[in-house]
Parts: sequence; structure tokens; C-alpha cells
Amino acid sequence: MNISNPAKASDFKSDLKPVWCPGCGDYHVLLSMTKALAELECRPEEVAVISGIGCSSRIPAYLNCYGFHGVHGRSLPLGTGLKVARPDMTVIVAGGDGDGFSIGGNHFLHACRRNIDLTYIVMDNRVYGMTKGQPSPTTEPDWDSALSPGGTGLSPFHPLVIALASGANFVARAFSGDIKGTSNMIVEAVRHPGFSFVEILSPCVTFRPEQREWKSAIHPPTVEPTDDPARAARRIMTDDGFNVGILYRGTRRPYRIGDGVASREVGDLDTAFAI
Amino acid sequence: MSAGKSPVGADIVDLAELLAHAYAIEVEAAERYRVLGDQMEVHNNPELAGLFRELAGHEEKHAAEIKARALKTGMAELKPSEFKWPGTEGPELAALDDAHYQMTPWHALQMALAAETRAFEFFNSIVESTAELDIRKWAGEFREEEAEHVALVEGLLEKYPEPEAGWSEDDDPPNMQE
Repeated sequence: MNISNPAKASDFKSDLKPVWCPGCGDYHVLLSMTKALAELECRPEEVAVISGIGCSSRIPAYLNCYGFHGVHGRSLPLGTGLKVARPDMTVIVAGGDGDGFSIGGNHFLHACRRNIDLTYIVMDNRVYGMTKGQPSPTTEPDWDSALSPGGTGLSPFHPLVIALASGANFVARAFSGDIKGTSNMIVEAVRHPGFSFVEILSPCVTFRPEQREWKSAIHPPTVEPTDDPARAARRIMTDDGFNVGILYRGTRRPYRIGDGVASREVGDLDTAFAI
Repeated sequence: MSAGKSPVGADIVDLAELLAHAYAIEVEAAERYRVLGDQMEVHNNPELAGLFRELAGHEEKHAAEIKARALKTGMAELKPSEFKWPGTEGPELAALDDAHYQMTPWHALQMALAAETRAFEFFNSIVESTAELDIRKWAGEFREEEAEHVALVEGLLEKYPEPEAGWSEDDDPPNMQE
């Protein structure tokens, strides 16, 4: 494959045809990622996209860069290991709400806390789509379906609040249908030092067809991003879930090993990364 | 949503930039139709896969023509964020979120008609607002080409009546929970 110099968005798209449902928000996220990588003037060989399991976790296969489709819920440990071993690479971890907040929930907390310099993108559709529509951690408590009659009655997981409370250094929400806005958000997230978390509302039109209406519910934030976690927390706790934009830009120093040069020895990593 | 920028022709500073926009419109539209064609192939809708690929072919032909014209003027190299689109992406892009695995040619052509109309309006806004004679002349030519495309799609639509209500019903739906 001939890659332009600088690489264009289309250079980051692989030849594999996505198998997502027509209308799925993840197609938009794929486009946003290719545009963001072009905007960042990355080369495909300088980027790695790591995922877990689920519809959205197929995304590394559809990108032309390094990729790893990993174990369910374990994308963040993989991404963390890669970034520590190869700090010169741009590492983006991607997946869905079930993979990231349920199966991988514990890793999410500690990845925020460690503040490794990587970007975590969660395509949140509030459902397990690949396994035919079970409620996920972010599903509304009253979502009535054949697999959750009357709704779960459970309080939804609030990703932005958890990210903020756990120490993520950049916290934002985007909407997949806004390709330009999402692309810009990913660019900002990658550029910001430390652990950047972007929740992308990405409709599942098959199991949650009512999410097609999200495009009407989305609205931009009314205030600028803050570097004050307490202020950000107050804002997000009163949020309706459809505010998009950057909520928080922190100033914590990212976790770093030595001089930030790639390490070749596993023993070096073991010693340096012990918490 | 990110703020949509008004399509002000004065923002296009020279012919090289205009050509970059005109070329990107066609290339991205072709890519989008190819994505939609692939979706339809994956979801066993071969008629639509063929139609979207035919539309992609038209866009690729237009892109090649613009590239040839740009040999005289040069074409600006722009990063994604440097394009001055009126909305959040290029005007001639079919809306991905309107896709449905059981959609018909009528739906596909409605998507194409909306896309071509947006492209027409984009160039029209440049013609009406630029102070540069060269830009106005070239944008006017692109506008006329888009008008032809609108007419072409409208002609194709005459072959396909609007489907009856219930077109999306499926006796064996993919979202059946067991």
C-alpha cells in the first residue's frame, strides 16, 4: 500500500470491509479516527490501536496501522504495556461500554489512576450489541426489552464521573454523528499528555433504534473546559448525558519511565512499572 | 455538534484551494458510496451494493476530471481541519446514519439527491459571495455540474417509486432476542 506523505485520512483505512450494521455509529467513529490521525500527521507505523471484544472492538481491523484485537475487557492493560514499552508510539485504546465498563471496569479505574500517556475511546451505545442486546453498564434502568423485561432498575455507570474521580487527565464526550467534532476531540485527546478518556455516543440502530434520535438530543457545552476537577465534577453530575465537548483538561504529569525512550528489556519494565 | 460554518465564498482564497475542495468533495463522496456499497454487500442487498458502487464510479470520474483541470492551476494540500465545509463534513457525502440493511434504490437515490443538492448549494454560495472573478467562474462551472448531477439523480428516481410503508419489516430480523 502506498502511503502519502503526509498521510491522508484514507491512508489509515484498511482494505477490510466492516461488518457493522448499516446505520451504526461506529462507521462514523472509524472515519473520525482516520481524519484525526491525518490531522495529527501520524504515520501508520507510528500508531497502534488496541481493542477488546464487541462490535466496536473490531475497529483495529478496519484501520491501517498497528492493531491488536485483544481479550474481553483487557484492552487497557495491553495498551498500557505497549505504551510503557514503546513510549514513542501513539497508542489509542478503543472499545465499547460493556467491554470497558463491565468486563474491563477495574482496568478502567486503574488506567485513569496511572495516567499513562494514551487515549481511550469508548463507543457507548448502552447495549451489548454483538450478543444480541443485553443491557450494559450504561443502559438506562427503565429500558424494557425481551432480555430485561421492565428494565434492570440498576443505576447506570457514569463513565465521565468515574474517569474524573479516578484521575484521568483529559475527559470528554463526543457524538459519533458529528464526524468533524469527534475527529477534533480525538486530536485534542491524543495531544493532551497523560490518560485521555473520550466517551463517544455511538448509536446501535439494531438493538436501540430509538438512538437514531440522539442526533437531535446532542448539544454543545455552555462552558469552557476546566482544569479544576471539583468544578468539572459539579458540571458533569448535573449533565443530561447529551452535552458534548471537553469537560476537563488536567495538569497531572503522565506516568513515565526513565527518559521516555523505548525499552527493550522486559526486566527493565518489571522493575520500573511495579506499583 | 461542532458549530457548522457558513459557506462563505470569501473564505476560499484562491483557485488552488477551490480545486482542493472540489476534488475532495468528489473523492470523499466516492469513498462514502463505496462504504455504503460494502455495507449492502455484507448485508446481502446486492441490488443496492451495485447501485452505490455505480454512484461511486460517477464520483470517481468527476474527481479525475477535476484533478486533470487542476494541472493548470495547482491544487492546495489541506489537512482535514483546513477544509471550509459548511457543516461537519463535505457537502456531497451521503448520510451514513440514514442507511438501513433493507433500504431500497429509492432510499439510496434520495440520499444521493440530498448530497448532490448540498454540493450545488456549496458552490452556489461561493459564486454568490466571492469577490474573486476566477473563483466565481470556476465555482460557477462546478455549480452547473452539480445541477446536472441533481437532474441525473432525479431522472433515475423516476424509475423507482417510493416503497410502501413496512419496507423495513423483516420476518427474520437480526435483532431477534432469543
